[in-house]
Amino acid sequence: MQYLLTRKKYLISLAAYLLLAAGALAITPFIGSERVDVRQVIEDLKGAVPWSTDTDIFIYQRVPRVLMGFLAGGALAVVGGVFQVILRNPLATPYTLGVTGGSSVGAVLAISVPGWVVQMGPFTSVQLFSLVGAVLAAGFIYLMARRQAGISMNTLLLAGVTVGIFCGALIQLIIYLSNPHLLMTMVRWMIGGLDVVGYRELSTIFILLVPGLGMLFMQMASYNHLALGEEMATGHGVDVGLVQRMSFLGGSMATAAVVAIAGPIIFVGLLVPHAVRRISGYDHRVVLPGSFLAGGALLVVCDTAARTVLAPTEMPVGIITAVLGGPVFIYLLLKKK
Amino acid sequence: MSNETILQMESVNFSYEGADWQLRRIELGVGPGDLVGVIGPNGAGKSTLLKLAAGILMPNAGQVLLNGNNISRMPRRAVARQLGYLPQNVYSSFDYRVEEVVAMGRFAYLSGVGFLQAADLAQVGRALEITETKAFRHRRVCQLSGGEHRRVLLASVLAQQPQILLLDEPTAGLDLHHQTAFFRLLVNLTKEGMAVLVVTHDLNLAGQFCRRLVFLREGEIARQGKVEEVICAEFLAQVYRDKIYVGRHPVNNRPIALPLAGEGG
Repeated sequence: MQYLLTRKKYLISLAAYLLLAAGALAITPFIGSERVDVRQVIEDLKGAVPWSTDTDIFIYQRVPRVLMGFLAGGALAVVGGVFQVILRNPLATPYTLGVTGGSSVGAVLAISVPGWVVQMGPFTSVQLFSLVGAVLAAGFIYLMARRQAGISMNTLLLAGVTVGIFCGALIQLIIYLSNPHLLMTMVRWMIGGLDVVGYRELSTIFILLVPGLGMLFMQMASYNHLALGEEMATGHGVDVGLVQRMSFLGGSMATAAVVAIAGPIIFVGLLVPHAVRRISGYDHRVVLPGSFLAGGALLVVCDTAARTVLAPTEMPVGIITAVLGGPVFIYLLLKKK
Repeated sequence: MSNETILQMESVNFSYEGADWQLRRIELGVGPGDLVGVIGPNGAGKSTLLKLAAGILMPNAGQVLLNGNNISRMPRRAVARQLGYLPQNVYSSFDYRVEEVVAMGRFAYLSGVGFLQAADLAQVGRALEITETKAFRHRRVCQLSGGEHRRVLLASVLAQQPQILLLDEPTAGLDLHHQTAFFRLLVNLTKEGMAVLVVTHDLNLAGQFCRRLVFLREGEIARQGKVEEVICAEFLAQVYRDKIYVGRHPVNNRPIALPLAGEGG
């Protein structure tokens, strides 16, 4: 039974992905347009007062940004992997179900009124409006797709795509009616990036991300069965309705948490789960944690490239993921063929 | 029918939301060692009956009892430990290995991440052997022939160690050899005490292998009983509204039904 998952194989796979993630997390905070001296940072952290500029940059800019990139990339990859299974659609991404459309409408709306500043705890008005938009979109889609037992996956997909298109139209309307000086801020938000992340932003992501991802990981053992269809999965003993609800809710929460801070960063949620499946097989008990660690590592590396390739200017990481993601995905498809 | 019943459908009524079509007054019991065939014309409600029996659909009225418990109130894992259900069309959206698909049948016995223990591996091995799929257990499911694929799915269901198997058109699309081999496998399982309820549109296959037949027409059981009571010329002509020849198999004397092309046909 060489292909069955044993505890040993599981731990070895996770250790390999963990090593990859740890490598990315350890190296990338020291790379950027400003060079940070590793030895200086270590000396400062041992107790030197006051800290050097290197350590200030490292602690207050790079570390929160790298951690945020890791969590965002990991979350998007896990949600993409889950949506690909429950929708039985290999092209599904965290953005397929329209939640991001709602987020974007909220964020663009908040940006369009410059004096409209709402601050609730650590949340800015853009984040708050983005979250409200995501909740409204997810709630509407859920009501559309809800059935007596579970959710209709076809309706979920259609409603999600339709809400996404409708939100796109709303965004265009808001942009059309907005002050032209604000357009760059809106476009910049919609590309997605991690350049304004500090500990405050980092703290806000946990509120939705942790329960959202928790709901997905709790269903980890059920996803393989759903790949065989809802009826076969039910026959095996899976409570399909519960898994579908938890996946939609958890996936929407995690996506909303990421998008509210980093904007809609594309391709990580599509590419990473497929890459992990090619390396580790189709068992989602490995694919999901593997995608979290690999997705986190990938976004952190892409963000490092985003802040170095055009140094001293920075590029939004969303452009890097899109530019790299397209060709890599085509390569994976051709290799499979 | 045996005195002991594993699955009992009592006055079951069902209709799909917004549809006029109804399944009505279904009374059916299946006990250990039974091999019951559900036959009938297209659209009679055979697959719907099986889904109700498996607890995939819930009746509007009446109840389905699994070992005396109302199936609609049982946790899915508890149902899966007693009842195995193989739907009609199953395809995998990911290219798993055969042994992975078979091992998925152990889900109801596992918790947490779901690592297989020695007892689980033994059941997976047994299911692979019974269905003669062990030789290609390392192949990917998308590379299998139709017959091999159905046997792998049956192995996955058998790995659940069910007392009763519900199979929906398990031999659809298979050639004569694979159809016969599949039903022989079902007969062997019933000899070990398993109950089998199988939906098929093939009267002759059902007539050759089943002990009892349930004939469904327009959402109602038109007749159920021994093979000879259901596959008889008068009844089939009435329900299919066509001329059907019913004779006896020259080797085992079981009833066979053949269509008649008509005068000079």
